[in-house]
Amino acid sequence: MSSAVPQDEQIGRGPTAWHSEAMRRRVRRRYARERRFRALGLLALTIAAGFLAFLLITIVSDGWRGFQRAEVAVEVDFDPARLGLSEADLQGPNAQAMLNRANFRALVRDAASEQYGSATMLSNGAWLSVRDEVRGDPELLGQTKRLWLVAAPYVDLLAKGHIDFDMPPERRGVSAEQISDYRQLRSADAVRLGFNSGFLRKANSTNSELAGVWGAFVGSVLTILVTLAISFPIGVMTAIYLEEYAPKNRVTDIIEVSINNLAAVPSIIFGLLGLAVFLNFFGMPRSAPVVGGLTLALMTLPVIVISARVALQSVPPSIKDAALGIGASRLQVITHHVLPVALPGILTGTIIGISRALGETAPLLLIGMRAFVSDIPGGVTQPATVLPVQIFLWSDEVGRGFVEKTSAAIMVLLAVLLAMNGVAIYLRNKFERRW
Amino acid sequence: MAEAPEETVVHDELKFANDSKMTARDVSVYYGAKKAVDRVSIDVDSHFVTAFIGPSGCGKSTFLRCFNRMNDTIDIARVEGDIQLDGENIYDTRMDVVQLRARVGMVFQKPNPFPKSIYENIAYGPRIHGIADSKSDMDRIVETSLTRAGLWNEVKDRLDESGTALSGGQQQRLCIARAIAVDPEVILMDEPCSALDPIATAKVEELIDELRGRYAIVIVTHNMQQAARVSQRTAFFHLGNLVEYGPTEEIFTNPRADRTRDYITGRFG
Ligand SMILES: Nc1ncnc2c1ncn2[C@@H]1O[C@H](COP(=O)(O)OP(=O)(O)OP(=O)(O)O)[C@@H](O)[C@H]1O
Ligand SMILES: [Mg+2]
Repeated sequence: MSSAVPQDEQIGRGPTAWHSEAMRRRVRRRYARERRFRALGLLALTIAAGFLAFLLITIVSDGWRGFQRAEVAVEVDFDPARLGLSEADLQGPNAQAMLNRANFRALVRDAASEQYGSATMLSNGAWLSVRDEVRGDPELLGQTKRLWLVAAPYVDLLAKGHIDFDMPPERRGVSAEQISDYRQLRSADAVRLGFNSGFLRKANSTNSELAGVWGAFVGSVLTILVTLAISFPIGVMTAIYLEEYAPKNRVTDIIEVSINNLAAVPSIIFGLLGLAVFLNFFGMPRSAPVVGGLTLALMTLPVIVISARVALQSVPPSIKDAALGIGASRLQVITHHVLPVALPGILTGTIIGISRALGETAPLLLIGMRAFVSDIPGGVTQPATVLPVQIFLWSDEVGRGFVEKTSAAIMVLLAVLLAMNGVAIYLRNKFERRW
Repeated sequence: MAEAPEETVVHDELKFANDSKMTARDVSVYYGAKKAVDRVSIDVDSHFVTAFIGPSGCGKSTFLRCFNRMNDTIDIARVEGDIQLDGENIYDTRMDVVQLRARVGMVFQKPNPFPKSIYENIAYGPRIHGIADSKSDMDRIVETSLTRAGLWNEVKDRLDESGTALSGGQQQRLCIARAIAVDPEVILMDEPCSALDPIATAKVEELIDELRGRYAIVIVTHNMQQAARVSQRTAFFHLGNLVEYGPTEEIFTNPRADRTRDYITGRFG
């Protein structure tokens, strides 16, 4: 074979021996290296997926219980005399005020005591749902109805099987009487585990069985809306100005470096800045979504500027030339040609920045969003908390009922983040299809 | 031609042409400190196709881009001298660069249709300049522009498909149609065929020939056969200088400057 090929005079060596033993060995080694590299990649992927699965499984296995609550059946007699309410009161214009004044608390306590000897198995807030019951159906007045009411934390723990009966009573967290009370309820078929609708509808509470994430969720939404409203337009305009208008000189170089550094500043620093500027200097309300949103906007701004600049840079210059060459003004080039092409990238970057802001805790603690807020915020200036801070606060609570609430709140936060990423992917695909 | 730098040879037929569409006088272009075009003076006539030839890097594109002020978009570029369109200085502060670029259209080396529909590619220019009065007016402009660019029959059934989905040659003709849709007076083409195969090139050359007379056309090309085929005037550039400017047959058969002769006969470049 090699003799058939003449010696190459110019290169001054024989033909390459593609079939020699040394060449074969090199090829085998190359394949082996390739296989090892792929195996390593697969291993890395497996480890990453394993961590993720572990995280999700722990959270969900703890958290799904948070969406359940123990309920106790109580026969409630809606006696108008004891409530101090009449049919006429409920038809009248002051129905709400009358309802709020009526003593449902005593009514429920007495009903439970009559049936079970005491009312300790009921949550302190169990009477609230009884009042809602009458508010929804005034006809109930004068009737008797069997209602499922929120149980006290110890019933919840026992019903969910969290108590180990073999433990000595002082470490069990539940007394012997409570256990016998619970057994009595069980045998009367008066306990059940129901869907904890209050968890998704209510704000925080000192009682774990009454605490909900809705207040924190609304706080998060308000905060993020403020963040978005501030950081998106300012960030995109800054990026457009820097990319399309600003001359390339020392000043813009310094601005660029500063923005890049700002993106790397730890978030707690922004919290201190927010505290100093918005609260202490401008005297804005503490714990309010508007301040939280402004603080997070400071943090998100550099991320949006950087991602928007990258997206703008990736627009082919030939498109800009084409538009300029046909007599489009600079503004027309930007709005008609550059932005539509850059938009998916800008939106993706924005949503990444916003997602980060949504999961942020530290800066919000500093501006007072760690306060206990039992109302659902009605506006951006009212006291509020946000989901991650709520998670942080609950994880710090001693009551055992808050453990599963923490995990359940994490599930809600993850669901929100997943939804936002879904929106990002949807927007990207929608706008990219125009190519 | 007034006071051309010594080394420029301008053939007699082209001297003192006073009905020129565009005139350049002593135009120099700098990129930072580097001089890319050195005191070039030339007249562009509206009845002919003018070809710019010369070795790579000699400043043809740079000079061409002075005619519609595309060099304005390059931060470090600086233009000196005087360029007139119908006797108006285009670098004058009173000149509106947006209107100038509508009057002096440009076709680029690489086909660059907008990532929009074929219809939208053509309609964009007339729309931003407010040329079409109605939808039917616009339809007519789109049709005539595509017809003039020899593309109508190929795309008339797929006007709402993306312009980027066409073949390279079709894309380039789409870009030419886009340029003529705003009814320019001058069309600048920078190596319009360099990304095309011979058949597409032939179509574009045919098209240039058909457009001649209606628009003043300036074409930069590396291909000397192409210059000979499509142009009536040829300017030879070397190292930022205009070496020789004359009727195309003269330049190719009887060049007067030594550098032109060397280049034409393939001795350098
Ligand atoms: N944007 C720019 N910045 C800096 N220098 C440039 C720029 N564009 C062109 N130049 C320089 O100016 C000179 C002329 O370039 P130009 O593109 O005009 O040449 P050309 O004759 O069109 O070449 P070609 O035939 O290869 O297209 C070259 O030396 C080039 O390096
Ligand atoms: Mg060029």
